[in-house]
Amino acid sequence: MNVVITGHVDHGKSTVIGRLMADTGSLPDGKLEQVKASCARNSKPFEYAFLLDALKDEQSQGITIDSARVFFKTQKRNYIIIDAPGHIEFLKNMVTGAARAEAAFLCIDADEGVQENSRRHGYLLSMLGIKQMCVLVNKMDLVNYDRKVYKQVVRKFSRFLRNINMNDVTFIPVSGMEGDNIASLSKNMSWWKGDTVLTLIDKFRKEKAPDHMNFRMPVQDVYKFTAMGDSRRIVAGTISSGTLKDGDELFFYPSGKKSRVSGIENFTGESPDEVSAGMATGFTMTEQIYVKRGNLVAREGEKQPQVGNVMRVNLFWLGREPFVKDKEYILKTGTERVRMRLFDTVKVIDASNLNSDGMKKMVERHDVAECVLTTQRPIAFDIVEDFPETSRFVIVDGYEIAGGGIIREAIRDNQAEYRDKVMDRNLKWDTGNISRAERSDSYGHTPALILVGGPEDIRKADFAKKLEQHLFNQGRKVYYLGVQNVLAGLDADMTVKRHHLYPEDRDEMIRRLAELSNLLMDVGIILVATVSELTFDDREAFRMSVAPIDVQTIWVGSTEGSDVTADYTIPDAAEADSHLVSVLNLLKECGVCK
Amino acid sequence: MDQITQLESLGIHILREAYANFRNMCMLWSIGKDSTVLLWLARKAFYGHVPFPLVHIDTHYKIPEMIEYRDSLTREWKLPMVYGENIKALEAKQTFPDGNVDRITCCRLLKAEALKHTLNGDWTRYRFNHEADEYQVDKDTEAYTGVIVGVRSDEEGSRSKERYFSPRDTENSWDVGDQPPEFWNQFKTDFAPGTHVRIHPLLDWTETNIWEYIEREKIPTVSLYYDQGSGKRYRSLGCGPCTQSVDSTAKNVPEIIEELKSGKFANIAERSGRAQDKEDGGGLETLRREGYM
Repeated sequence: MNVVITGHVDHGKSTVIGRLMADTGSLPDGKLEQVKASCARNSKPFEYAFLLDALKDEQSQGITIDSARVFFKTQKRNYIIIDAPGHIEFLKNMVTGAARAEAAFLCIDADEGVQENSRRHGYLLSMLGIKQMCVLVNKMDLVNYDRKVYKQVVRKFSRFLRNINMNDVTFIPVSGMEGDNIASLSKNMSWWKGDTVLTLIDKFRKEKAPDHMNFRMPVQDVYKFTAMGDSRRIVAGTISSGTLKDGDELFFYPSGKKSRVSGIENFTGESPDEVSAGMATGFTMTEQIYVKRGNLVAREGEKQPQVGNVMRVNLFWLGREPFVKDKEYILKTGTERVRMRLFDTVKVIDASNLNSDGMKKMVERHDVAECVLTTQRPIAFDIVEDFPETSRFVIVDGYEIAGGGIIREAIRDNQAEYRDKVMDRNLKWDTGNISRAERSDSYGHTPALILVGGPEDIRKADFAKKLEQHLFNQGRKVYYLGVQNVLAGLDADMTVKRHHLYPEDRDEMIRRLAELSNLLMDVGIILVATVSELTFDDREAFRMSVAPIDVQTIWVGSTEGSDVTADYTIPDAAEADSHLVSVLNLLKECGVCK
Repeated sequence: MDQITQLESLGIHILREAYANFRNMCMLWSIGKDSTVLLWLARKAFYGHVPFPLVHIDTHYKIPEMIEYRDSLTREWKLPMVYGENIKALEAKQTFPDGNVDRITCCRLLKAEALKHTLNGDWTRYRFNHEADEYQVDKDTEAYTGVIVGVRSDEEGSRSKERYFSPRDTENSWDVGDQPPEFWNQFKTDFAPGTHVRIHPLLDWTETNIWEYIEREKIPTVSLYYDQGSGKRYRSLGCGPCTQSVDSTAKNVPEIIEELKSGKFANIAERSGRAQDKEDGGGLETLRREGYM
């Protein structure tokens, strides 16, 4: 079992652990003597904390920088004790240590009382999903083992913990330095008849793996290793909740496409009939639908995940730069990875005292906040009340993980209605005997959708046609689709005035074009389609329709008034031809052409 | 789920995350029990395939059985095997056994330096050609940007502070005070150009866990770990001149597990037979900051 020990800086975490190790004979032979000798050599007093602070930096500064792991054993079971740093500067290390734990100790100095990071750590532990906590009121020797001082700390901190919904909490008065109530009951505190650290640690309950819950598995990868005559196509991942059996009907989100487990794969021995939460596994499917990393798998007949691109979340921020609007970040949840923005801050909380500021429009380092996020395309996720595991996300700023949080609610966005239609279509989709994968193998490439957008201008179509020609010459199955072919045909029932559609019809026109694109994707070709004045919402409709196939966007002409960030922009339509090579290079990187 | 299955699942999960995120990756195989468990995990994660090269740094002072074992498994499991070496230091006899440098310097030259230049591709790599059944100069000289390593946090102090995904700069150096946060199985997978990452799937395993897993999975290990009748065996493997065998009559894996759990080694550190650790006052920290594993 993993147990983390947290608390404000200098409240004595490392000392408590060092003492626990020493008093239970858990140290390797000679370690205690070695550290004592080293202290004597450097003429400084021996401290139990030195046993843990093995790194030179930490010994010279006397503080814990990173979470150190210590292996510890009672008669009942094995423990990994994670010693987390208390200094605010190292909060990200504290989070790293605490997230691996099933239960937590939190040290509070009886003399100094509840401090900023006592509260901050309490709050973070609650958000990280840790349910069991034991508060160690430490340094009782400094307050003459006074029961009143202990009671005062308990009263004050209990009130705080109730506010943040931490209910499973116990308290123990200890002295790490003197060894009171660590491995044995203290003679100095005859008024204490409760647990010692050693007896309490065995009372933490082992968290059960969530295998009784509904099934969820984020897809890590789809493996098709052909070496040594292997022809299996294996969907691999770690099960986050529930169980999976041979023959289960599965849905893959965000697309909602369906297939069935044909076999659970194993490298050694017999294939298991059933695998459950926490296990790294893989399976083959009866129907070869297109599945990719980032998809979330659910089982038929169970609660299905949310799909959307707007969500209300609680998060904590660790980044040096604040979390702000008008900046692009990456959101990672499960194995999904998507570009995202901060849409709004509902309230920003100073975690050290739980004061909230509804006016603050950015989230600063070490703040906790309630926010609304938008992702660039719809993703699959869960909300924390239903499935804690798959509601968790981190935010990457530049190259760094700068924040983490939990999703509280999916917010309906303006694409929601169409998304429901697409999901319904995918559930009802009737595939012939030839799978997409077989088609791709036969054509020598996967299907792709290339949207050529821009202001209304004849050159856009010229460019798209040249692109079609180039891909065709490379032997690709490619087709150019001009939007007017659709307007005059499929859309003939809608009011058309000199190729300008009335706004109310535009959504329907885009829906039809997106559905047509999806059909052509199923055919297996590369489609180059032009759409005048393509908007962000239009492109989302295409993405949703053809998911999980990627949509490449090329913008020809002025971007003024456009809300689309294209994959490639040709600012001057008159020079479009000179960009052809660069566009082909981009398509090459995406695997669309050679 | 039992603890060993839990450790195995996390290890496989980490390997798959690494494979999905890094293009030019390799796995270090020291021939020892830990990195052999790692190799086994890779074969389980990828269903019998090892989709990245296995790299061994040959100091030419390894105990001969280690190299025999390496090449026999390479053949049997059709492994993508690569080795590198510090040929300059060896030719100039800049080694501890030659009596010209101390142990720490020898480690730095034959291991840390050789590793650095083998990883970045500017020293010759030798790859096993399965058709020709021999090592040949590897034409691939591209730098490996992801390196999977079998270190465990219980080995010594500095290793207990590692991340599963640990960034290193171009000099291979490690900034212990400023490491990326890591939680909920989300790892740092975004890197500035010029940096690379070390991946540690075995971080939470103990020495006992390693042997329990070897027993459960029946993983072949090098014979040096077992007493062959002389009353001695190796507990940790390294170069011949700096690795001492221990007095032990454990002849097989169950006997080793028994010895670790309740016998004479229950409270003695595993690396106590490694002479270079004692010369480096900060545990292995000085060496590790410079790129030692």
